[in-house]
Amino acid sequence: MARLDIANVTKLFGATRAVDDFSITVTDGELVCLLGPSGSGKSTLLRMIGGFEKPTYGSMTIDGEEVIHLPPEKRPTGMVFQSHALWSHMNVFKNIAFGLKLRRLPKAEITQRVEAVLDLVGLKGFGERLTHQLSGGQQQRVALARSLVLEPKILLLDEPFASLDQHLRERLREEVRDIQQRLKITTLFVTHAQDEALSVADRIVVLRDGRTEQIAKPAEVYRTPATPFVAGFIGQMNLISGVVSEGEFGHSAFNVPVAVADGPATLAVRPEALTLKPASGVGMGHVHRVTDYGTHAMIDVELPDGERLKSMMPTADEWSSMQQVDLVPGAFALYRDNAAIYRADVGTPPRKAPSRTRGTVNA
Amino acid sequence: MAETLTIPRGRIDFPGIGFAIVLSAVIIFPLIVVGTWAFTEVWRYPNVVPQQFGLRFWNQTLSRADVWSALTLSLQLSTVVTLLSAAICLPAAYAFARMTFPGRNVLFFSFLAGHAFPKFGLLVAIAAIFLQLNLIGTFWGVVLIQLVGTLLFMIWIPVAAFQSVDRRMEEAARDVGASPLRVFWSITLPQAGPTIAAAVLLSFVGTFYETEGAWLIGAPGIRTMPVLMITFINNQMVIQYGAVLSVLLWVPSFIALLFARRIIGGGAFARGFGG
Ligand SMILES: Nc1ncnc2c1ncn2[C@@H]1O[C@H](COP(=O)(O)OP(=O)(O)OP(=O)(O)O)[C@@H](O)[C@H]1O
Ligand SMILES: [Mg+2]
Repeated sequence: MARLDIANVTKLFGATRAVDDFSITVTDGELVCLLGPSGSGKSTLLRMIGGFEKPTYGSMTIDGEEVIHLPPEKRPTGMVFQSHALWSHMNVFKNIAFGLKLRRLPKAEITQRVEAVLDLVGLKGFGERLTHQLSGGQQQRVALARSLVLEPKILLLDEPFASLDQHLRERLREEVRDIQQRLKITTLFVTHAQDEALSVADRIVVLRDGRTEQIAKPAEVYRTPATPFVAGFIGQMNLISGVVSEGEFGHSAFNVPVAVADGPATLAVRPEALTLKPASGVGMGHVHRVTDYGTHAMIDVELPDGERLKSMMPTADEWSSMQQVDLVPGAFALYRDNAAIYRADVGTPPRKAPSRTRGTVNA
Repeated sequence: MAETLTIPRGRIDFPGIGFAIVLSAVIIFPLIVVGTWAFTEVWRYPNVVPQQFGLRFWNQTLSRADVWSALTLSLQLSTVVTLLSAAICLPAAYAFARMTFPGRNVLFFSFLAGHAFPKFGLLVAIAAIFLQLNLIGTFWGVVLIQLVGTLLFMIWIPVAAFQSVDRRMEEAARDVGASPLRVFWSITLPQAGPTIAAAVLLSFVGTFYETEGAWLIGAPGIRTMPVLMITFINNQMVIQYGAVLSVLLWVPSFIALLFARRIIGGGAFARGFGG
């Protein structure tokens, strides 16, 4: 239970800005996911909180106390590494007990606390096992137990399940979420899997090249992404570039009315918000491919300029390749200069671009 | 490249057989001859097999005071040199493996330099210096010269061992509250343990058999086992003295080998030492 304040933290590795002017306040018992592509600075940020890297600028406080100058062993943080980093020359019990022994606790208390935490992570009776006698998922549970047993104020997880298969990952992240909520432990969870972030986080931080793109609740990140990068990174998204002129976003295939100033812009619409209508005669585009997922169908539509959009429809039955279709966007957003400038919750039906202006809108 | 390494099935591997024969000739044959001599009482030309076997020369050799004092001395020397070498080299190796400091690479390769030149020339030069320091013919003089001989593998092998220890393991130990010193003692050292044990063993056995330095610096006051054996072989008409001593000298390397099998075998390198 603790509050973490990070203010204007920057980390330079030579000329690389691994983390660039990052700030956040994580409150008591909150689980924040750091999400971003490879090299976006997630691990660097986490390692700075754990004390393994020193920020070039900025400050970090835990419960109001500056921790920047403390080495890892003096910080009230517990870190779980992607590679679990269990000590292979000790058995499970000794791995978990090591930190308690360093704190010179009585033997009976150590045993009791190790047993309790083994029970918590679902590994009752595994104490005598050697670490290489465990499966990948069990090893990560031990690594988690090793941190949890010390009751850290802040729990740091750096892609703890990245090396595990999909099913195990889903199960373990739910277990971690349960444990985190039961212990009400302030947690930072690094991942580059958006489904992981969406399913466990109280808030998501989207990072790109060391900079914050958005900090918001999962639903908000999904529904109202702050930048085209976030829009494209979380979930599936159609991003269409075009030009706004006289109150209409124009693309070679269609125009949509929008209330923004003239200039270039990017339109973002999710597949589930993009409905199709069979066209009478020549439509805005034609069906390129139909993928039936059982619960829904994904239709790839090709526009006359060769660009492809995805549309999610309830069934695959009505659609076939080469069929002429019209597009009906529901909710969409418009971005300019890396920021949202317009959002439409219910779409106004688009107008097919008059054939004489085709190809000139983008020019 | 791989196909050149596999031996075609069903064909006789002539180079391999030839290699095995040469190996047996140069290693096994002399061993058998020396081993036979050690248990021989009478063996005159032109007989292929000794006329009379017996343990007479074992009694004679083992009842000599100079043999026992040489053995004790050799064991003392090897132990002292190995302990000193470990105390000096292991922290240094850790520093080389984990830290960056000015002159690191130059210093690192200087350990190799000691072995890059003809050893005997170097020894003579050192002997000249030791003469000034009154170290010739003393125990500590020999310790010093043999210590230099162990530096190479007591630095290079442990450096490799420390470097291969997963840094995340060390960081995880810091994370649960261990100081850097504690991390070295409880995580890094046990992880690198099997490899380092091999280096220590190599250092012990190498020191035990070292003759050039021991002879050049130690003579005449300090006579180690190998030096004594050479003296026997050179000066005595009785072949058996030398033969018995060589058989005796196999014992430490044999024990070392068995010990090495125990610690190095069984995947210990991958696992680290159990603790
Ligand atoms: N010790 C280091 N020295 C130099 N550059 C580094 C170091 N550690 C990280 N970097 C650089 O900092 C940037 C951020 O790296 P970081 O490991 O934080 O990314 P990440 O988001 O964790 O990526 P991944 O998802 O691949 O783990 C990268 O450009 C990386 O090359
Ligand atoms: Mg990372």
